Amino acid sequence: MTDKKTSTALEDGPSDGGRPLVELRDAGKSYGNIRALHGVDLAVHPGRVSCVLGDNGAGKSTLIKIISGLHQHTEGEFLVDGGPVRFSSPREALDKGIATVYQDLAVVPLMPVWRNFFLGSELTKGPWPVRRLDIDRMKRTADEELRNMGIVLDDMEQPIGTLSGGQRQCVAIARAVHFGARVLILDEPTAALGVKQSGVVLKYIAMARDRGLGVIFITHNPHHAYMVGDHFSVLRLGTMELSADRSRVGLDELTNHMAGGAELAALKHELAQVRGVDTEELPEEGDLRAPAAAPEEGRS
Amino acid sequence: MSMARQAEPAAVTPPPAPGPKESDGRTVRRPLALRLLARPEVGVFLGAVAVLVFFLFTAPPVRDGSSMANILYQSSTIGIMALPVALLMIGGEFDLSAGVAVITSALTASMLSYQLTMNVWVGVVVALVVSLAVGMFNGWMLVKTGLPSFLVTLGTFLILQGVNLAVTKLVTGNVATDDISDMDGFAQAKAIFASSFEVGGVQVKITVVWWLVFAALATWVLLRTKYGNWIFAVGGNKDSARAVGVPVTFTKISLFMLVGFGAWFIGMHNLFSFNTVQSGEGVGQELIYIAAAVIGGCLLTGGYGSAIGPVFGAFMFGMVQQGIVYAGWNPDWFKAFLGVMLLGAVLINLWVQRTATRR
Repeated sequence: MTDKKTSTALEDGPSDGGRPLVELRDAGKSYGNIRALHGVDLAVHPGRVSCVLGDNGAGKSTLIKIISGLHQHTEGEFLVDGGPVRFSSPREALDKGIATVYQDLAVVPLMPVWRNFFLGSELTKGPWPVRRLDIDRMKRTADEELRNMGIVLDDMEQPIGTLSGGQRQCVAIARAVHFGARVLILDEPTAALGVKQSGVVLKYIAMARDRGLGVIFITHNPHHAYMVGDHFSVLRLGTMELSADRSRVGLDELTNHMAGGAELAALKHELAQVRGVDTEELPEEGDLRAPAAAPEEGRS
Repeated sequence: MSMARQAEPAAVTPPPAPGPKESDGRTVRRPLALRLLARPEVGVFLGAVAVLVFFLFTAPPVRDGSSMANILYQSSTIGIMALPVALLMIGGEFDLSAGVAVITSALTASMLSYQLTMNVWVGVVVALVVSLAVGMFNGWMLVKTGLPSFLVTLGTFLILQGVNLAVTKLVTGNVATDDISDMDGFAQAKAIFASSFEVGGVQVKITVVWWLVFAALATWVLLRTKYGNWIFAVGGNKDSARAVGVPVTFTKISLFMLVGFGAWFIGMHNLFSFNTVQSGEGVGQELIYIAAAVIGGCLLTGGYGSAIGPVFGAFMFGMVQQGIVYAGWNPDWFKAFLGVMLLGAVLINLWVQRTATRR
């Protein structure tokens, strides 16, 4: 077991051959007697985008909550820079350079853009009794970072709730990048966005990757995932259904998996017994199994 | 002040990335008047001015300096408590036990020093500890159980109300505490909590000064410190705040303890200005504090408000309370007047926010 995982890590590694920034080995999480997640392997390397796909209830949220420190895993191993960790708060994960951008709770809507940008990591000046926020510096920095990401706002004082969904995501991404995140977790950043805004967010994902960040991109849209992803993991019912590098999986296959293709294939045999059901167009079980089972084989 | 800052960012850096324009062209600069109205304290400021002008015309005695000092004193006893209550409200919670907690604090100080015949300062310090502990208990219960603050503090409210009466009767055999005015340290404590000084021939109570000092301090903390940022954040979106590393538990518990501090301060003022404490008092005051904070532009659901707003809110209360007396009307009308004022203020706030924050 461990052997196989180690070899995976080495093979998946980018040119520097380094170990992954964040790695899950056979990790899982149970809430009482409910097993929300089990047997999950995931490795995040600098400068690469790992996509995690899955339908609602597949365990995507549980997975990010473990990595971002909101919850703790109950099975398996969770390693950061090769050392096992167990975060008790998001603060600890942040200190390790793991930043999470949540779909709906990325920001405090009524607070101004610059306050949101620095929330939890405020810049201050002055000695203790009169230690105060360095407002000018924070506004300037926030504006610079947003401009680096190509977002121009007229007014740093406007409540962030007045920005569009895509802009809010971008502010959150820019914030994570600014605070030295090495691993960026994006929780369905494109789920509530229009076509054009999704494109903008995908552009920033690619930008963050090019800056050398390891990105975990959670989504249920295989098209979005395939545009920027280097590695794809499909979760279903709390466990890994597919884990494959970009070179080993096509968009069609990915889409098929997301659409519950493996389940459909298994049903095909049963359906074939019933007259009047057209099974010709359904995928064969064999078509789908191969990449899922063999991400490690024959890659060298 | 904010105008000068707002104009600045546009000129900071030339856009390095291709594409971005100097402005996205969709946000039209709103007129100054509208931007001012978007501040939480502006609506209540206008309201307070209106009430003041109204009584200046209808009640001639109000124009006198000493009446104004009296009105300010009345406002300060509400205002000092309305401040921490407002901060707590911005932090997304409210405290129904704040009214009786004032009495609990005063009773503790009074009975402890009287029964043990000690310097009143011992009682004052113990009362502070008790008040902070009550606040801490409220906050801790809230954070640990996840129950709404309405339930938790309703429980504390009932407990304190019962304990106040029962313990006082048990200890003194009466519903009021004994007079402590001849005890050691009384004069000293009175100088701090309940003295008055003269300004231009008018006696001004020291609580007015404390009120304004606390208000200035609260404003500074709220707008200029990390902690203030956290208060807005935990009230605006607790989960976001936690996710970006804001210590939500610490912020909530400390806010409840701040209310405890306010209750202690007003409790001490009551004790040292009247020498004795009625154990059944304080019920209903918590709603006055909450009303002053809401009239002051704080959002009941949290995340929005100011410390200056409740100052004007408390002033409106004091003004109406005394103004009715000076106008020679039946003081029974006070509460009805208050109710109308509260509804009016809430409606104005709502309207102002909608108009001013519309894109």
